[in-house]
Amino acid sequence: MAKDISIKMRTDNFNAYYGKKHALQNVSTEIQANKVVAFIGPSGCGKSTYLRSMNRMNDLIEGFHIDGTIEIDGLNIYDKEVDVVQLRNRIGMVFQKSIPFPKSIYENVAFGLRLNGKRSKSEMDGIIEESLKRSALWEEIKDRLQDSAMGLSGGQQQRLCIARAIAVNPEILLMDEPCSALDPISTAKIEELIAELKKDYTIIIVTHNMQQAARVSDFTGFFYMGNMVEFDRTRTIFTSPSKKETEDYITGRFG
Amino acid sequence: MASELPSTLTKRTIRWGEWLAETAIKVVAGTSVLLILLIFIFVFREAAGLFSGKTIESENARHTTSATSDNKPEEYNPDAGADSTSTAPSEESTSPDVYNPEIEEIISPSESTTSAPVEIPAEKRTIWENLMSNVWQPVGENPKFGMQSLFIGTAKATFIAVLISAPLGILAAVYSAFFAKKWLREIIKPTVEILAGFPSVVVGFFCLMIVASLMQSLFGTEYRLNALVGGFGLAVAIIPIIFTITDDALTSVPKSYREASLALGASEWETAFKVMLPAALPGVFAAVLLGVGRAFGETMIALMATGNAAIVSASFTEPVRTLAATIGAEMGEVIWGSLHYNILFFLGIVLFIISFCINLVTELYVKKKLTKKFQGG
Repeated sequence: MAKDISIKMRTDNFNAYYGKKHALQNVSTEIQANKVVAFIGPSGCGKSTYLRSMNRMNDLIEGFHIDGTIEIDGLNIYDKEVDVVQLRNRIGMVFQKSIPFPKSIYENVAFGLRLNGKRSKSEMDGIIEESLKRSALWEEIKDRLQDSAMGLSGGQQQRLCIARAIAVNPEILLMDEPCSALDPISTAKIEELIAELKKDYTIIIVTHNMQQAARVSDFTGFFYMGNMVEFDRTRTIFTSPSKKETEDYITGRFG
Repeated sequence: MASELPSTLTKRTIRWGEWLAETAIKVVAGTSVLLILLIFIFVFREAAGLFSGKTIESENARHTTSATSDNKPEEYNPDAGADSTSTAPSEESTSPDVYNPEIEEIISPSESTTSAPVEIPAEKRTIWENLMSNVWQPVGENPKFGMQSLFIGTAKATFIAVLISAPLGILAAVYSAFFAKKWLREIIKPTVEILAGFPSVVVGFFCLMIVASLMQSLFGTEYRLNALVGGFGLAVAIIPIIFTITDDALTSVPKSYREASLALGASEWETAFKVMLPAALPGVFAAVLLGVGRAFGETMIALMATGNAAIVSASFTEPVRTLAATIGAEMGEVIWGSLHYNILFFLGIVLFIISFCINLVTELYVKKKLTKKFQGG
C-alpha cells in the first residue's frame, strides 16, 4: 500500500493567463492521493481555471498560457514531452453540465475503452457493468443499456458521465461543479458516490456549494481573485480559518 | 368596473401600418406557394396527354390529319431561332432540313410534308411498352421513347458525382470545422460557398474543354465525353452544397461534446470522427441527399459533359444521357402538343417524383433508423 501521505499532485508557483488577463497567480498546493479536495470561491476567482489546467483542457482556449509547474507523480504535465492524450487518459473529468454523447448508454461508457485498444466483448461488458455499478446507475438502467443516453434524467446523465470517466480507470478525477444543475436527491447520490470513489481515486472538485465542500472533502482550497488564499484540511478551513477573507466568504459576509 | 378602465385600454385601435404590412407578407407568401402549385399543375397537365391513351399510331395519324386543324399554340414557336423563315407557329410548316440540326435522326414524318399521309409501319406497342423499352429515339418514323437508357444514364452520372463529392465534401467540412486554423477556415468556407453559386454552364464548359481531354489522356477512354466526365462535372457542382451543409451541421454540434471527448483522452481525430460526425449525422445525410437531388436535376453540366448518348451499358467510360439533359436538349425543338412533348413533361414529373421520394425516404426512414443506429434508441 502506498503511504497515506503520498503526494499525488504538486503545484509550484503556477500562473495562468488568458491573453493578458492574469487568471491564476502563484498557486502552490500539494494534493495527497486518495483524498477529496474541494476548491471554493466566488465566480471568476480562478478555481475552474486551476482545475482545467490539471488536464490541460485550457490548451484549447486561444491565448491561454502558463508558467510554473503542475507535477503528477513527479512528472511535470506541461513538459514538452508529455502526450496530452495520454495525460487526459490518466485524469478523468466530469463537467458542470452533463454531456452524454448522443449514443446508447452502453456506447457512452464504452467510448473511452474503445479509444484504448481492443478488448473482448465480455471484458467490455464487465468493465461497463462495473463502472455503472460504481456510479450507482446500474440498477436503474441495466435493462436499457442500448437506449439513447439522451433519454436519461439530468442526475442519471451526470452519473453516466462519471461512469464514463471512471471506466478508463483514471488516477485522478476532476469534477467541475458536478452538481450545480442537479436536484438535491441527485446531488446526494453523487456526493455518496464521491465518498465511495475516493478509495480508488484522487478527487478534485470545484463547487459553489460550501456545504457540499464541507460534506465531501478532506481538504479545501479557497480561491479569491486568482489567488489561492488558503489551503488546509476542510475541518480547519470551516472552523478556524487563518485568513480573514476565508472566514468572510464562508460565513457569507462576502461581497 | 369596465367603465373605470382607462379609455386607452377599452378602445381598440386598429394599427393600419401593421395591418398593411401583415397583409402584404401574407400576399407575397401566398403568391409564391400558388406559383409553385401552378407550375406543378402545368407540368402535370402537359404530361396528361400520355394518360389519355395516345398510341404511336394515333399520334402519327393525328399529325398527318391535323395539318389544317387549328389546335396550335399562338405564341409558342419552338423553331423560331433555328428557322427564321418560319413565321407561322404551325409545326407542319417547319422546313425539315433545318429542323432538329443536332440530333441526327430520321425526320419525323409528321413534319416532312403537309401532303398526303405517309405510310408508316405503325408500331403495335402501347405507349407504356414503348416507355419501358431501352431505345431513346424520340424523332423518327417510329419514335422510340425507351426511358431505360435515360434512367441508367442519370443513375450512372449521379452515382459517380456522389461517389466523388460526398467523401470530398464531408472530409473538407470536417477539416474546416475541427482542424483548420481560424484564419484558414475564414478563407475556405466563403470560397467554397462562392463555388456553390458558380454558373453551371461555366462548370460544364470547363469539363467539356479541359477535364474531358485530361481524362481521356489519363485513362485513354474511347469516348471523350462520358459518364465519368459528366459525373465529375456534377460533383464540382454539388461539393459546395455537401460541404456547406455538413459544415453547418458539424459546427452546430455542441462544443461541450468536443471537450468531453478530449477530456476522456480522445485525440482530435477520434473526437471528430467518433463523436462530432456521428452527432451531426442527420445533417450530413441531408447534405448528401440534397447533393443527390441537385446532381439528379442538374441540366447544363449534364448536357455539356456527358456526351448525351442514350446507351444502356454498365460502363462508366461510355457516354450517358440524363433525364434532365434530355428535357433541356429536346424541349427547345419539340413539336408542341405532340407525344414527344408530353413525354418530355412526363420525364419532368418522373424527376419530381424521384426527388420527392428521396426526400420522403430521408425524412421517414434514414433519419430515424440511422440516427438510432449511430446515436442509440
